[in-house]
Amino acid sequence: METASVKPVLAIAVSLFGTLLIVAFRKKPNIRELCTFIIAFVKFGIIASMLPAVLAGSRLRCDLVDLLPGVGLAFRVDSLGLLFALVSSSLWIATSLYSVGYMRSLKEHSQTRYYAFFALALSSAVGVAFAGNILTLYLFYEMLSLSTYPLVTHHQDSEARFAGRKYLTYLMGTSIGFFLPAVILTYYFSGTLNFTEQGILTGAASDTMLTVVFILYILGIGKAAIMPIHAWLPSAMVAPTPVSSLLHAVAVVKVGVFSVLRICLHVFGPYMMHDLSLNVFLLYFVSATILLGSLFALKQDNLKARLAYSTISQLSYIVLGGGLAGIIGITGGILHIVMHAFGKITLFFCAGAIMVNTGLKNISEMRGIGRKMPVTMAAFFFGSLSIIGIPPLGGFWSKWYLALGCIQVDQIPILVVLLTSSLLNAAYFLPISYNAFFADQDRYSEVREAPLLTVIPPVFTALVSFLLFIYPGVFLDLAKMTAQALLGG
Amino acid sequence: MIELIAGKYNYWIYIILMMIGFYAMIGKRNMVKKVIGMNIFQTSIILFYISIAFKKGATLPIIRETADHVAAAVEVSQYINPLPHVLMLTAIVVMVATLGVAIAILILIYRRYGTLEEDEILKKVKS
Amino acid sequence: MKEHAPVLIVVFPIMFAFITPLLGWIRKSLCYPWVILALSLSTICSLITLEEVMTGGVIHYYLGSWLPPWGIEYVVDHLNAMMLVIVSGAALLVAIYSRRSIEAELPGKMVYFYTIFLLQTTGFLGIVVTGDMFNLYVFLEIASLAGYTLIAIGEDGAPLASFRYIIMGTVGACFYLLGVGYLYMVTGSLNMADLATIIPLISDSKVVLTAFAFFMAGIAIKMALFPLHVWLPDAYTRAPSTSSALIAPLMTKISVYVMIRIFFTVFKPSFTVDVLPATDILLWLGTIAIFGGAIMALAQTDFKRMLCYIVVAEVGYMVGGIGVANSIAMQGAVLHLLNDAVMTLGLFIVAGIVTYQMKGHLLSDFNALFRKMPLTMVTFVVVALSVIGVPPTCGFFSKWYLLQGGIMAGAWGFVVALLLSSLINIILFFRIFELGYVFQSDGSHHDHGHGGFIHEAPASMLLPSVVVALGILAIGIYNQVIINNIITYVIPKF
Repeated sequence: METASVKPVLAIAVSLFGTLLIVAFRKKPNIRELCTFIIAFVKFGIIASMLPAVLAGSRLRCDLVDLLPGVGLAFRVDSLGLLFALVSSSLWIATSLYSVGYMRSLKEHSQTRYYAFFALALSSAVGVAFAGNILTLYLFYEMLSLSTYPLVTHHQDSEARFAGRKYLTYLMGTSIGFFLPAVILTYYFSGTLNFTEQGILTGAASDTMLTVVFILYILGIGKAAIMPIHAWLPSAMVAPTPVSSLLHAVAVVKVGVFSVLRICLHVFGPYMMHDLSLNVFLLYFVSATILLGSLFALKQDNLKARLAYSTISQLSYIVLGGGLAGIIGITGGILHIVMHAFGKITLFFCAGAIMVNTGLKNISEMRGIGRKMPVTMAAFFFGSLSIIGIPPLGGFWSKWYLALGCIQVDQIPILVVLLTSSLLNAAYFLPISYNAFFADQDRYSEVREAPLLTVIPPVFTALVSFLLFIYPGVFLDLAKMTAQALLGG
Repeated sequence: MIELIAGKYNYWIYIILMMIGFYAMIGKRNMVKKVIGMNIFQTSIILFYISIAFKKGATLPIIRETADHVAAAVEVSQYINPLPHVLMLTAIVVMVATLGVAIAILILIYRRYGTLEEDEILKKVKS
Repeated sequence: MKEHAPVLIVVFPIMFAFITPLLGWIRKSLCYPWVILALSLSTICSLITLEEVMTGGVIHYYLGSWLPPWGIEYVVDHLNAMMLVIVSGAALLVAIYSRRSIEAELPGKMVYFYTIFLLQTTGFLGIVVTGDMFNLYVFLEIASLAGYTLIAIGEDGAPLASFRYIIMGTVGACFYLLGVGYLYMVTGSLNMADLATIIPLISDSKVVLTAFAFFMAGIAIKMALFPLHVWLPDAYTRAPSTSSALIAPLMTKISVYVMIRIFFTVFKPSFTVDVLPATDILLWLGTIAIFGGAIMALAQTDFKRMLCYIVVAEVGYMVGGIGVANSIAMQGAVLHLLNDAVMTLGLFIVAGIVTYQMKGHLLSDFNALFRKMPLTMVTFVVVALSVIGVPPTCGFFSKWYLLQGGIMAGAWGFVVALLLSSLINIILFFRIFELGYVFQSDGSHHDHGHGGFIHEAPASMLLPSVVVALGILAIGIYNQVIINNIITYVIPKF
């Protein structure tokens, strides 16, 4: 049941307005930062206020001007979109707090530009979350690529320049070269671009053509970092750490996998995925990414690089959920959006805290640092447990559901992949924490705990990961709702 | 064959003139010669139009009046078609104007480069 | 008064042009407001005409009350009406922008420049509004001559570029004239609507075919269709900023408009698409133009020259869209007439602003401009995104229709060319963004602060730029309104 509401547009417009406010107050840093916080809270409030309605089963709609015949700038808040928007907006608050600490400690330049484009990026992310059709999603997808470019190239040195080029080449190259033709073909075949539970492509074209369109989508949504379209993510690590956390947890890659899920679930639909064996294709295709990502992560010494490859691997778990195309599997995949977000952002916050405090970037240099920065490293430890999927951290639930989902659709090889990957995750995360606390090092005599504003956010998100284990409640309900709406029962 | 050439000699003349003009515009290196070629090109087209106005045995398109200043009935085939002539008046004006602009630009070029030979100018530009 | 609006659109600029030298003799500074007045009146008349066409249908205006086919007739249907608004609006914006630019680049020549500026606009408007074939030639030559003059007074190398343009442009116009002559020879009429009824009766005549061929060749030269585009880069690069800002957005689009008129109004679609493979040829030429323009643009180090090759590629979009010959692609091509005029206008105005500020228009002149001229650069970003084809700018939508039409017709070369040129445009423009952004090579964190030389463009130059950027967004978001109310009536029945 759908009700009209202006809230989706409000949620997006709030941070657009915020961008203007931030630029207006560029000469007054404290007021500027305050603007960011107020806007972030208001945004979260608007999004949270939509929760009761969606949990009760209705969807909020807002249709704006028609952009193409029959396809307009349309917004639709359903359980999947609301889940993603909640994650993004809540983590924006945490990231903003962290940014203040990080940027001020390092006395970074061009902070106004940073905060302004951050707000713009969040608008785009929520725009993708609430998009009611593929065109609106594409619009905000591109807006996200463009608004994150200045963030990725923030340091404006030659490394940043090349990272920026790679970023754009991968993301815009795939979106214009593959995603756009896929959208046009979808429109051409089915005459509409709206997301519906039954999918819009049933019987619209030959099986081969539909498979081609599907492959175009998978290749075209570069933000999902599915191999081989993954190399932009490690390069983007030259950005300041809050930007990396934005990329990995809050917005960019989540937008990618969210879009892939939307395509799998609401454009093609689980039934069509089964019929065309697209789900099998997808499962095996992303299994490669899952395993390779973890293997590459093992080799990295730079902490942020290791985290980047870990993300590449974990993102494909979410796509895997879509590929399993069964109720439990889909629930697991969607839930992993939440769990991974909170877990990963904790890890990035800690990496940044270490950098701010000691200037260290490589894991081999971080032996024994836990004794001097116990809070930070404890948060790191809990974050990594969540990613590995060990109770009592929230990540356990998503992996549990994914594993059960594999069994439900009789995909045992995939279950093996999941277990292997979890082992690999442990292999590349646990040594970091172990060495931080128990290895011998004497070089940190001067080091104290990191600045407060860079420590509070990771502690907060680690706590949330723990709470999510005890009360996966809201997010689990939203994820289940999505799956049930698709498959019934 | 003779029919083809002799019967349509006006077209042949205009085409030959047009080709001469075209050759001059492209093949000659002196810029004044190019302008002259352009002129010949445009003139050939004017010739073409005039030639299609002509009718065998027809006279100038001025209506004769009878004694009491009433215009006589007009027999169309006795008067050549005035419309192409009128159109070409306009075209001649355009041709002259283009000629004027072209020569003015040539003066600018001469002042700048001191020569009106295209290859010399290109050498000066490249250096 | 309202019923005379079609002719007033042309009358205002030409009458005002004659009075401009007088005014300039009295006082030079009067010329600028005079020109703005002339073009504002013209724009208002265009808007009135557009509104009348949208409510009442096609307008027929008989000059001197002589009925067609003997008299000259002005016919305004939805296509013209839209083009009239585009041309007069663009000319008005350029006029507003022009004052500082002329002062800087052409000191002392303001009076004569504005006179010829108005004559140029008259020519453009006349081409668009007329319904008579020879009248179109007259206005075409008025526009071309004014163009040759406006271009020749530019920077070093401009007279040479203009001279080459004269040679090629005259050949083009003469071919058009030949086409008119051949048609007249067998039909006895110069009126477009009249010709449209007569030609189907004689459509297997060789004379008609010859006429068609001459038209195509002549218009192709004026339109800078690859490979007859060689006059364009030099001419538009060397011209003064105002001249290129006026001529570049309009001349090629008006020539595309003339092609649409000749191909679909005078010669019916049944002739153009079925009897001749004209649209197939156009499709291939358009595709090659897109590739050629995009690749050449990559090689340029001069910003304005790069823009010229982008113009060549954009002409390829429109010509290819017409060549696909189905209604969706045609919709895209006509929408692109509007979009490209606006986008090119924006690009050349930015080029003019950069030339004014940095005294040069090389790519390297864009160094650190995001810091020095933030507002100008923001409008530049919007225009660039439109050229690349990012929603919700207008460029995305015309590309969408062209792509959709191409896919529907199976014109895969054209589809690939469109996508590839979008990707190349990303490279072209992000190269400039990188330059504007300032990347140090030493990796140090400078505190850039807010001091340092922020030298934004003057208001008279900034205003048109902002209007264009807003227009691009508005046209994009409301493109359905424009299509449903104007463009649907323009599409010929294939």
